[in-house]
Amino acid sequence: MSKEFGYRVMKDDSIDFDRNDRRIAAYLHAYEPSINLCIGCGSCTATCSAGLFTSFNIRMIHTLVRRGETKRLKSEISKCMFCGKCQLVCPRGVNLRNVILTLNRAIEHLG
Amino acid sequence: MNKKVAVIGGGITGMATASALVDLGIEVVLFEKEMQTGGHVRNWDRLFPSRRPAEEVTGFLEKGLATGVDLRVGAKVTSVERKNGGFMIRPEKGQGVEAASVVLCMGFDLFDARKKEEYGYGIYDNVITSAELEAIFRSGRKITMHDGRIPARIALIHCVGSRDEKVGNLYCSKVCCVTGVKQAIEIREMLPLCEVYCFYMDLRMFDRNFEELYLEAQQKWGVNFIRGRLSECAENQDHSLALKTEDTLTGKPLKIKVDLMVLLAGFIPRPESAHLSRMLGLQTGSSGFVLSDDQHLLDNDTFVPGVFLAGAVKGPSGITEAVADGRATALRVVQYLNTASDE
Repeated sequence: MSKEFGYRVMKDDSIDFDRNDRRIAAYLHAYEPSINLCIGCGSCTATCSAGLFTSFNIRMIHTLVRRGETKRLKSEISKCMFCGKCQLVCPRGVNLRNVILTLNRAIEHLG
Repeated sequence: MNKKVAVIGGGITGMATASALVDLGIEVVLFEKEMQTGGHVRNWDRLFPSRRPAEEVTGFLEKGLATGVDLRVGAKVTSVERKNGGFMIRPEKGQGVEAASVVLCMGFDLFDARKKEEYGYGIYDNVITSAELEAIFRSGRKITMHDGRIPARIALIHCVGSRDEKVGNLYCSKVCCVTGVKQAIEIREMLPLCEVYCFYMDLRMFDRNFEELYLEAQQKWGVNFIRGRLSECAENQDHSLALKTEDTLTGKPLKIKVDLMVLLAGFIPRPESAHLSRMLGLQTGSSGFVLSDDQHLLDNDTFVPGVFLAGAVKGPSGITEAVADGRATALRVVQYLNTASDE
């Protein structure tokens, strides 16, 4: 049945906003609405304790979540050490520690 | 000596200039090519950042004109020539006027969005400009798709015709950013179930209360912002639109479907400004707008004595700036007339 044709169809790596499952994003927006105030400045990531030693990028993570990109979410947010410096430096007052907690809960509820 | 001043262009800048000159005791003739004054602002519903009715601004300035400005509407000026140490201003129709000084307040045109062909304006059904959206607000009609359905998702596209070498305009049009934020709020206000996405490269919230309006859009109205310039747009079978951009904050290409797309068209110089500039020996810059004598110190003056500039004839400008600029120009004109009559 399966035959090697010498080529295959690859799924592209772009964000397919409408096909993506955005339930975690909706959960995050509902329980921590301050996430919508982000202006993408990167202060949180620049000061992040975990980000200094790992590939953790809190700004990128939550932006990806809001686009429905959640593939590596669980392992990524496990790198957070809850020091809260991100929240201290955020110029828009985004409650980033609760963003992480909410994302953890969202994963629990929605898988 | 004849101390009459001709102001060319009856938008808000020309109105402010003309009434300030009358206040200063100068005789003014104001030429407006349309049948009504007010220029672009006349087509606005509500203004950023306070969302006050645009009519308040045009109404105020109209009262200024009523204090003694010789207003000539339907009078498109086609030539300005030197005569008797002053200028002869001739409209297409009607009598010419001799004046000691001329103020150019011809403003700007909106970028023709059809030139950005990959966005599909004039090709796809559900692509409109910000000016058309403002006209919908002004009319009090509901925002609909071309076929009358209520859109469930609208995209606002920033920098259309601005900051884009491919259309020949390197400059920023300055006020489209805040216009987009204002209109995003107003869409959400009118259609609370409709999602709104702004696609931007930067959000240049430079003036008083602009940044606050941006925050309000996110906080109170749930407007979404995606950083990335729209690369192209295609029409789906159901006449919705497939948008492609890079989501630059995640570093990934992104595709999204919207029902209606609004293009925030920028400023372009008017052909008639270039025409009159040439007649008067003025220069236009690389952007095509008319150059002032010194951008910092003599921004209302030109290289030609007796000829002055105000407002968006020099480049993109908001209302606050245009009105203040018109008044500043009036003062420069009076200083010129006083010096000229001393000689």
